[in-house]
Parts: sequence; C-alpha cells; structure tokens
Amino acid sequence: MKDLAQQLEHSPLRSAERRNNPYRDDKVIDACSIFGMMDQNRRLFTGNDIIEASANMNERVNGLGSGYAIYGLYPKNRKNYALHIMYDDKEALKWGSKYIGSNFEVIYDEEIPMDNLDKSKQLPIMWRYFTNIDVDHLNRMEKEDYMVKKCLEINTSGRGAYVFSSGKNMGVFKGVGWPREIAKIFRLEDYKGYLWLSHSRFPTNSPAWWGGAHPFAYLDSTVVHNGEISSYGANRRFLEMLGYRCTFQTDTEIFALALDYLLRKQHMPIEIVAKIFAPQRWNDIEKMPTNEKNLLRRLRITYGNLLMNGPFSIIFANHGLMVGLADRIKLRPLTAARKKDLFFLSSEEAAIRKICPEIDEVTHPQGGRPVVARCNEGIAS
Amino acid sequence: MEPKNNRSKFMIDAKNLTTRKLNEKVRKAVRDGNKQIAIHNVMGQRYIAAGIQGLIEIDITGIPGNDLGVFMDGPKVVVHGNGQDVIGNTMNAGEIIIHGDVGDITGMSARGGKIYIQGNAGYRTGVHLKEYHGLRPIIVIGGTAQDFLGEYMAGGLILMLGLNLSDGIHNADYVGTGMHGGTIILRGDVRGMGREVEVHQLDQEDNRLVEQAVLEYSKHFGCRADEVLGSKFKKLIPISTRPYGNLYSY
Amino acid sequence: MLKSHRLPEFNVYIDTDTCTVCKACVIQCTFDVFSYEKVGNMIEIEESKCVDCHRCMIFCPEKSISIIPNPVQYRANASWNKEIIHNIMKQAESGGILLTAMGCDKPNFNYFDKLLLNASQVTNPSIDPIREPMELRTYLGSKSDMFTIAENDKDPIIETSESPHLLLETPIMFSAMSLGSVNINVQESLAIAAVSNGIYQNIGEGGLHPKLKQYANHIIVQVASGRYGVHKEYLDAGAAVEIKIGQGAKPGIGGHLPGEKITEEISETRRIPAGTDAISPAPQHDIYSIEDLSQLVHAIKETTEYSKPVIVKIAAVHNSAAIASGIVRSGADIIAIDGMRGSTGAAPLVMRDNVGIPIEMAIASVDTRLNKEGVRNKISIIAGGGIRSSSDVFKIIALGADACYISTAALIAMGCTVCQKCHTGKCPWGLTTMNPAISIRINPKMASKRVSNLIRGWTLEIKDMLGGMGINSIESLRGNRHQLRGIGLSDHEMEILGVRPAGS
Repeated sequence: MKDLAQQLEHSPLRSAERRNNPYRDDKVIDACSIFGMMDQNRRLFTGNDIIEASANMNERVNGLGSGYAIYGLYPKNRKNYALHIMYDDKEALKWGSKYIGSNFEVIYDEEIPMDNLDKSKQLPIMWRYFTNIDVDHLNRMEKEDYMVKKCLEINTSGRGAYVFSSGKNMGVFKGVGWPREIAKIFRLEDYKGYLWLSHSRFPTNSPAWWGGAHPFAYLDSTVVHNGEISSYGANRRFLEMLGYRCTFQTDTEIFALALDYLLRKQHMPIEIVAKIFAPQRWNDIEKMPTNEKNLLRRLRITYGNLLMNGPFSIIFANHGLMVGLADRIKLRPLTAARKKDLFFLSSEEAAIRKICPEIDEVTHPQGGRPVVARCNEGIAS
Repeated sequence: MEPKNNRSKFMIDAKNLTTRKLNEKVRKAVRDGNKQIAIHNVMGQRYIAAGIQGLIEIDITGIPGNDLGVFMDGPKVVVHGNGQDVIGNTMNAGEIIIHGDVGDITGMSARGGKIYIQGNAGYRTGVHLKEYHGLRPIIVIGGTAQDFLGEYMAGGLILMLGLNLSDGIHNADYVGTGMHGGTIILRGDVRGMGREVEVHQLDQEDNRLVEQAVLEYSKHFGCRADEVLGSKFKKLIPISTRPYGNLYSY
Repeated sequence: MLKSHRLPEFNVYIDTDTCTVCKACVIQCTFDVFSYEKVGNMIEIEESKCVDCHRCMIFCPEKSISIIPNPVQYRANASWNKEIIHNIMKQAESGGILLTAMGCDKPNFNYFDKLLLNASQVTNPSIDPIREPMELRTYLGSKSDMFTIAENDKDPIIETSESPHLLLETPIMFSAMSLGSVNINVQESLAIAAVSNGIYQNIGEGGLHPKLKQYANHIIVQVASGRYGVHKEYLDAGAAVEIKIGQGAKPGIGGHLPGEKITEEISETRRIPAGTDAISPAPQHDIYSIEDLSQLVHAIKETTEYSKPVIVKIAAVHNSAAIASGIVRSGADIIAIDGMRGSTGAAPLVMRDNVGIPIEMAIASVDTRLNKEGVRNKISIIAGGGIRSSSDVFKIIALGADACYISTAALIAMGCTVCQKCHTGKCPWGLTTMNPAISIRINPKMASKRVSNLIRGWTLEIKDMLGGMGINSIESLRGNRHQLRGIGLSDHEMEILGVRPAGS
C-alpha cells in the first residue's frame, strides 16, 4: 500500500496505475466482448473480418475501449522484440526513446501511423521499436525476464510511457473507441497476420484511458478477457510475491502475468494451466483415477492462489497457439468454431456467423476445460 | 578412519553424505533387520539414531552432529570421538556412550536410558531429566561439567566423577537450580548450587547405584573403579517436589 | 492468612418462595457457595466464593437463584477502578503473582469488529451457496516453488516431490489444550467433533491419552518446552507435530501444572510421577536461536521420516513478521500464530493483559512480510487467539491466514461461561477440572454434538459470506484484502492491516 502511495506521489497522473485507475479503486472493473481468429496453416489475412465480428458485438460494450493483437505481423523483423509504446506527449517520447536506446539495441524505430478521426481530440503518440537484447551473458529465459522487467519499469516510471506489447513478430493496437474506430485510427487495413485477437470493453470508470484497453501482452503472450474475478486480491498478492507488478490493475493483467509465470517460467502445458485457473471441484477430483487425482490435488494445493474465482472467459494467444477458457461454473460465455483451417473463439456465436456463415463445427466449451488450437507444424509463417 | 572389527556389522560410509541421506541409510539398515551398524567418517551429520527403536547397536567413528539419539527408544550408540550438543534429547530408552567430551544440554528431558561420557560435559547437562515408573535415566560424567547441571531436574540420576580434577572442585554454578525431583551425586565440590537443592549423605541404595555406575563406566572407558569408589561422594536432592507452590495469588 | 478487605464480587439470592430446598445448587456449585443447613431446612449462601458461572442458575429446577454483580462501588475513579483496587488487595493479602485464565478481557484490542466485508453487486454475480458448489477444503503444508511436469499430455507425471499436508474440510481447528488443562472428556469430545467435521484437534503437550488413539488421524500432537509425554510413538501417532514456542496469552513464559493436578491419569500420559509439579520451562532448552529451531524441526522430521507436516507455533509479538520469516527458513511447513486475546488454562494476569499484539495485526504483517520476501507460498499460516465467530474466521483468512485455531468458542459450546477460573481446577462445567466427580459433567457424546453444531453453523455462514462476494472457493479469499474495509481505524492501523477505509 505504502509503496504504491509513495510512487503515485512522485508521479502524479503519469504512471500506468494512476492513469488507468484515477479513483484508486481496488481494481478497474469492465465488461467486454472477446474474439479470436487463427489460420492453422499460418496464412496471413487482413483484419477486415475480425473488425466486422467485433463490431457485431457492440451491444456488449460502450465504445470506451477496443484493441487488437496480431501475430505474424512483422515477418521482416521477426527475430527482434517489437515494442509498441504509447506516450502521453513529446517529452515522454524523448525520455522513452532514450530509455529504450540505453537498455536495448534498437534495429529500427518509427512512429506508428495513425489517423485522427475526431480533430477536437488529441491522439497519444504511438511508437514502435524493433530491438535486440544485447546483453551477452543472458540465456533465453533471462533475456525474457529482462524484457518483462523493463516493461514493468517503463509502465511504473511515472514518465508517461506505457508498453502495449513486447513480443516478436506480433503487436498490440488499442485505444479508447469502438472496434471500427480503433481499427481506422491505427489503419489496421494495412496489416496482415495469421492470428488476430480483438477485445472491446465497457469500463465502469470514466473517463476511459487508452492504456486500459485490452489486449494485455507480455512478450509473445496476449490475453483478452471478459468478466470480473473476485479473487483479484488473492491472485495479485501471489503474483506480487513472485516479483510481478500489477501496473494496470485489471483482471486481464492478472491473467497475462499468471500466464507468463506458468507457461514461460514454469514450462507448464496450457492444459495444466487451465486446471490451475479453473480447477475442478474437490468432490470431482476425489472420484478420479489416482494419477489424475494426485495431479489435480497437488496443483490446487500449490497454486490455489492462481485460481481465478468469479466469472471469466479468456482468449489467450501465443505464436501458433490460441486457447479459450471459461470459469469453472461457466458464468461468462464462450463459443468455439472451425471452418477448415480457420479457428474461431468468440463471446457470441453470431459474431462468428457474421463473417463465416457456413461453419463446419461449433462447440460451447465446458467451464474450466480449455479449447486449444495449434497451428500445423512445418508451415512457415 | 576405519573401525577395527567390522565383519558382522553393516557398514555405512558417511563421507559426503547429507544428514538426511545418512539417516535414510541408517533407518533402511534397521528395517532390513541389521542389529549392528557401524558408521564411519561421520562429520557433523545430525539426528543419528533419531527415534530408532529396539536393540540395535550403532557404532560411530568421527564427530556426530547435534541431536544424536533424539527421541531414541532402545539402541546402544557408541561414539569414538567427541559429541556435540543436545545428545540424547528427550530419549526414552537405550544407551549413548561417548569416548570423549560432549557439548551443551546433554540428555535434555530424557525420561529413560543411559548416557556415559568419558570426559567433560558442557552447560545444562541433564536439564529437565525426568523419570516415570520403571524408567529412570542416568547420566554419568567422567570428568566435570559447566553451569546449570541438572536444571529443572524432575527425576533420574546424574553422577559426576571429576576424574580429571586436580583440586576436587567442579567449575559449575547453579547446579540443580529449579530441581524438583531426581538425584545428583558428585565426587568433589561444585562452585555453586541452586537454592532449590540441599546436600545429603549417600544412603545404601545410593551407594549401590554409584557402584554399579562406576563399574559400568570402567567397563566402557577403563578406570581404577576401586579407587574411585573409595573416595567421598555427596548427593543433591530437591528440598521440595513443589518448589513454586506459593508463587501465585488466586 | 490475612483478613480480606475485598467485598464479594457478586450477590447471590435465592427466592425462598419458590425454592424447594432440593439441594441441586449445593451439588452443582464447585466453589462451595451453597451449603445445606439442617436447622431450619434451608440453603446457606457464602457469596464471596461465587464466580458467576451460572451453573446453579441453569440447574435450579425452580429457577429460584439469581446472581447480580455487587452494586457496591468504590468512589468513582477512572484510574483506580474496582479491578485495580481488588488486584492490589489480593496481592497485599498473599504476596503472590496474580493468576488468571481464559483470554485477555480488556476492550481495546479488537480489530475484527472494525473490519467490514464486501459483496458483489452487478459487475459480477453473487453465488447461492446452498445450491451451487462452495468449497472450503484447505490443505495446510508447504508448497514448492517449481512444479515440474514431464511433457506428456496423456498421463502427466509430476516430477516435483510432495511435502505432507493436512486436509481440512473447513478452515477451523481446535487449538492446543493439553490433558491437564482440560480433562479427557473434553479432549475426547473435541476429537469426535474433529473427526466428524474433517478437521483437527491439537492436544497440546502432555501426552496422548489411550482413549484418543482411535482419533489419532485427526489429532495434532505438540512438542513444548516440558517434553511431557513426548516420545517416538507419540510423534508417530499424530497427523502433524506442533512445536510450541509461545502462547498468545502468555508469550515468553513457561507453564506450571501444580502437583495437585498431576493425578494418576495425568501422570501416565505425561510420564512423570503423580503429585510432582510439571514445570514447562520458558524456553525450549534445545532452542536458543533460529538455527536451533531448524534443528528441532528436522529432528522431528527425521524421527517421523518426513511423513507429516511440522507446525511452529509462536505468540503474536512485536517482531512476529521477522520471526515468521525465520520460521519459513527453518524448514517448518506451517506457522501458527497465537494472538494476545488467546486463552489459557492459567497465566499471570500481568502477562495475559499486557504482552503481545492482536492476531489481526500479526497475521496482516506476517503475510505481507512473507509476500515481500517471496516465500509466502512455502508455508501455511494458522491464526489463533481471539477468533469468536465465523466472520472472525473469514476476516482473518482475508488478512492472510490459511486456517484458524479456536478453543474458547469450542469450550463455550460445551458449557463454559468464561468465568475465568480455569486455573483453580474447580470448573463447575466440568471442563478444566481433573476431579473425576466433576469432569463427568461432560459427556463426550453430547458435548461433541454441541461442538459439531457450532462448526457446522460457522461453516454455513462462511459459505454465505463467500457466496455474497461471488467466490466459490476459500483459496480465493486468502490474502484477498480487497474484500475488507476498515472503519474507525487510523491511517497507520489500516496501513498495517493492508485495508482501505470504508467508502473508498
């Protein structure tokens, strides 16, 4: 508590915490629609369909935030960490570029092109950097840790700089607006990817803020989320114990950090992670065969603090992977569908039907059971 | 160091073994039915013979770590070398024979068994020694001990022989402080005593116990038993089994 | 004995119009307030002996007895009040240490009542706890940092070794009450209740009575400074072993069971001769520092072959957080913290009412400290000392505990009226007395039913509160201080508790 208070004092309105949560609520509360679409052969496609699909769910949201994550975005620079950073103003940009320059090897950087649709408002500055981590002695895990640490540092610096994404060959575009508006502002028609996630929100705190829109991303992992988790305090405490900082104070960020910890640091398969986020009930666990019972019991004992309690559905993506998961008593909606090589996840089936009327297969996943789609191997991105 | 006669014994080399590993080996050897176990190259590994039950003989070469024989219930443990702290902690039955000196708090809270120390003992030897029905622990110290010998003693017997004293005075104060049971028998004088004890002459039963203990000591370590038995002993016993009866206001 | 200058604390009246002189009161009162006077066929009253336990009132068939606090007051004085004056008088008469029992009875150490709970409205749904699944199962023990699973989706193989855990069906346990502080009927009642509720009873130090062996799977055995009745079979018998460093009611001092309480039965379990004082030294003489604690933890683990969790119990004191951090590193699996309002069978009044800190503060600061050090997951935390209701249980878990210990509440369920006379050994309700003529007042079958009822009631209430928050599993409440708000607390107090003011 005190750390946070002190920090806010030193950086009024310019750290992610304060910007996204101006009234200092326990956390930011919002309702949402989520959508994901992947080509399992890694063929690139434009965002036209996903923008349409998201717009089809406008009833669920209030136009105060939308965002997209795109995989296969920067094939030319696919070996570099692509940093998408939002700046409050030119001063922040100056600081940020210097900071990036002194912590990374910058291969190339540029302003992210944007169109201002409403001239009465000023857009934030968006910049992208293609970087290497030129610290020789670090192994891969350490390099990734380094990246996560630097992102958290920037977000909490109080300088008015906020990292939107930091993975390779992927990027996040998000802001305050309806799905179509945000797509237009960022000129998404110019981009292609083989996996797209989108999110649109209904924040209860107003004014909404660009940095508070979803998706949330660390390294190559991206999460969009619908719902509210009542276990937030318990989850956050556990993640902070592990050294994470919850800079945006949203449930979604909790998912993003927990996924980083379990998938990347603990090397767990996503199926196991699902069992941690949405474990089966003790009574059901007791009835299982010994091996499975032991596994589930021990996972729950060890990671009880990462049980995401309360209504949620999430779509999680990484390179070549898209996963949907709903809470264990299924309080939030999730639909999965397939059309040949295309795989969809959505809050509403209608959004999928809107862009792909002839679906081969539709499923409504069971609460707590992940739907996992992987790209076929051997096909280059 | 290899112990001599090792033919019938189950041998364990403790070199580079962690405490946990060594004790696993000892327990396994016991489970496998070995009655005689020899451990050599012991260098500070703790809890040897912890909680082991039955008539097992464990021969230790080297320096066993703290809590040797903690909660032990029956075995005979012989140490060829010095021991460290808290030997025979809360032990129920068995024997621990140390061919050397020991550290502090030997025999804490033991309610049975025998501890024979060839040389000297540290602070608080025999603290809170107890006894119950047929169980009566005994600690025999060949040399001398430091302060708080027999503190809180509630039962049992401590016999201190002072074989290495030149002036017959043990450099120990607060002997028997808080004592409310059991007996301390001394050859020689001590520097100071707790106010809960008083000095008595040995009676016939005491003499019998001392003779038995000295003969056993002599058997373990070799000494002129007759010479030792010929010298003067005195015993300390508590003034009351209820030393703190009037401490409270209801 | 000097003449007492104290007036009786209570006035005892018998309504002679309704009294049938049945002598029930004479039989029921263990403090000899009542006696039968043959001449005149009447009941004589010696009210200076009354402790206000209500036994006579409950058992008087005609309800003819009434007890009221003696209305006679000393001249009003905020500083020199009746209790202070009486304590001085007592000591002037005896020259001893003032002895008392139960927990601290002073009003100003309670934070539970200043914490308010949250509930869901609109943004997420509350859950109906009676019809939807609601899980209170709790595992206590240490958790590993890394959890390695061999890459095989079909039949995953866990490579991380497992440490032993206690399984609780509801996060409540009975805290340590040794045979000697309570009698075997009380211990057996709690054991039956523990078994039927899927929880545990801590039997304190003082040995395991043969009658309790059948319940051993639900018993936690204790190793305290006296090492009474502590031996290999005892350590093997329990589901867990607790090392008692301190007790909330009397941190830093030892215990003392007077010789007259060492009956043959107690002598047998404690394994000491009947009639001698059983002294528990202030420290454990094999623990003079943190590395020695580690030594005892491992001595117990070696002796029990790493088959059960080891708990270390400390009193809540000013530097609990730093001590707890050391305990984690000692290799213990569970830390139990006993707050200053915790009960005791006997303690010096001066210790009970002045030493230590409230459990709410201790749990909050320990949980925060262990989180900051990144070791909170390595250990489970049990909170005890002053837990009076399901909401107290709930709040202490939200502050960071995994489960809690109760004892006074369980005693009250069996009849205790908190008269604070446990140390006299005369408990009229048959709880803290070793006198077999009185202890038969506790029938384990009936008393365990009362305790079970209490646990069931609290469990239902906890589910209600969880459901209201939209949470269906207790682990999502643990350390979830966002669900708490403070009212009437200073900024500093809220900072330590890690909660925000109500309305914020």
